[in-house]
Amino acid sequence: MDIVVSNLSKSFGTNHVLVGFNAIFPGHRLTCLMGPSGCGKTTLLNILMGFIRPDGGSVRGVPRFKSAVFQEDRLCESFNAVSNVRFVCDRKVDTSKVISHLENIGLKDSLDQPVSELSGGMKRRVAIVRSIFAKSDVLFLDEPFKGLDVDTKKDVMQYLKDNMQGRTVIMVTHSIDEVKALNGKLITMSGKDGNNEN
Amino acid sequence: MIFIMKNNKPERPRTEKIAAVVFALLVWQAGAMLLNNSMLLVTPLTVIKRLFSLCLESDFLSAVSFSFIRIVSGFLFALVTGSILAVIAGRFHLAEVMIWPFIVTIKSVPVVSFIILCLIWLNSRNLSVFIAFLMVLPIVYTNMLQGIKSTDSKLLEMADLFNVIWLKKLKYIYFPQLKPYIISACSVTIGLSWKAGTAAEVIGIPEGSIGEKLYEAKVYFSSGDLLAWTVVIVVASIAFEKLFLFLLRYSFKRLESL
Repeated sequence: MDIVVSNLSKSFGTNHVLVGFNAIFPGHRLTCLMGPSGCGKTTLLNILMGFIRPDGGSVRGVPRFKSAVFQEDRLCESFNAVSNVRFVCDRKVDTSKVISHLENIGLKDSLDQPVSELSGGMKRRVAIVRSIFAKSDVLFLDEPFKGLDVDTKKDVMQYLKDNMQGRTVIMVTHSIDEVKALNGKLITMSGKDGNNEN
Repeated sequence: MIFIMKNNKPERPRTEKIAAVVFALLVWQAGAMLLNNSMLLVTPLTVIKRLFSLCLESDFLSAVSFSFIRIVSGFLFALVTGSILAVIAGRFHLAEVMIWPFIVTIKSVPVVSFIILCLIWLNSRNLSVFIAFLMVLPIVYTNMLQGIKSTDSKLLEMADLFNVIWLKKLKYIYFPQLKPYIISACSVTIGLSWKAGTAAEVIGIPEGSIGEKLYEAKVYFSSGDLLAWTVVIVVASIAFEKLFLFLLRYSFKRLESL
């Protein structure tokens, strides 16, 4: 099912972040949101995730089960990577499966360390694996490759490609290469009023 | 009122500590020798001798257990009540507002007023339970509420998005956040509950309590007995504090590894 955003508006004081924004995010596909800083990409995600209420307009078709990689990792710092992933999982999910995913993404030697001791890039990868393991029909990714080096980014992209299939994915990015590599639909947000679809 | 204590100073070496204690004992010994009046101040050696003879007396254990059970009960009751009230106040602002005057009153009213009030209301045998409870409750409540309020809202938002059940939220988000607040509240209030509890017993004089023994020491001008029983109170308080904090830290560790 598509997620349809109509005439969406949101202001913070006198700062009008979204004004009459319209978009369709096709179901079971990846849509990328691009645009300059401050144009309302993260605000739009926050509205879609249900964290903030829009001032006007409507959002239809957002599934009940959601998952996300937030701009900040939002991990439970005193727990290790496996526990952080298990935090969002069903009890039935096998821990060995979680470990194998974390190992595939290059965290083999850091599984037992508390997340607080991991580097920024490692934390990002834990957040990505967590988002994959959560039971969800829609996945929100807010700059998921932030802080990753070129090689790791390539591996993580491949990991996402392999594991996000079947879900509606909405990703905020600043890189057209990421859009191309992931073969996503692009929505360019120019700020304030309106958007261009490609 | 926050009692989180961050100790960044390096731990004092053991030899330094022993030397300081020996120095204090020497000062005490010198003071007692100078005064040369056992009614005013006895020597440390006399206190140690009296302590050993106290331990052999038939009612020693019963007096210690009488006070221990009541003071510890008051402490534990306050810990549970304070935690529950803090959770409710953290969840509902109205509850926080309604609880506020009670907490402020308990904090500011002199403990002796409560002791006398309690002697009018209650049997003096349970006086130390009530007084220990009153001393511990506001500190536990305030610390816990502060901990709950400082819980990372972004983590809670994340947990809600992932439809995480409350039990997991408790384990992964609330407990790690509250742990330092609970531990610091307990380490501050255990000693306080013993001080206030025995003070209440001295005023209420419940039969068979440590407070009664302290009162008798005062009546008979026996500073040896007074100091020996004081040592018993300090040892019981420190032993309980160490044991309780060890069990608390162990429980948190077990919970995190589940």
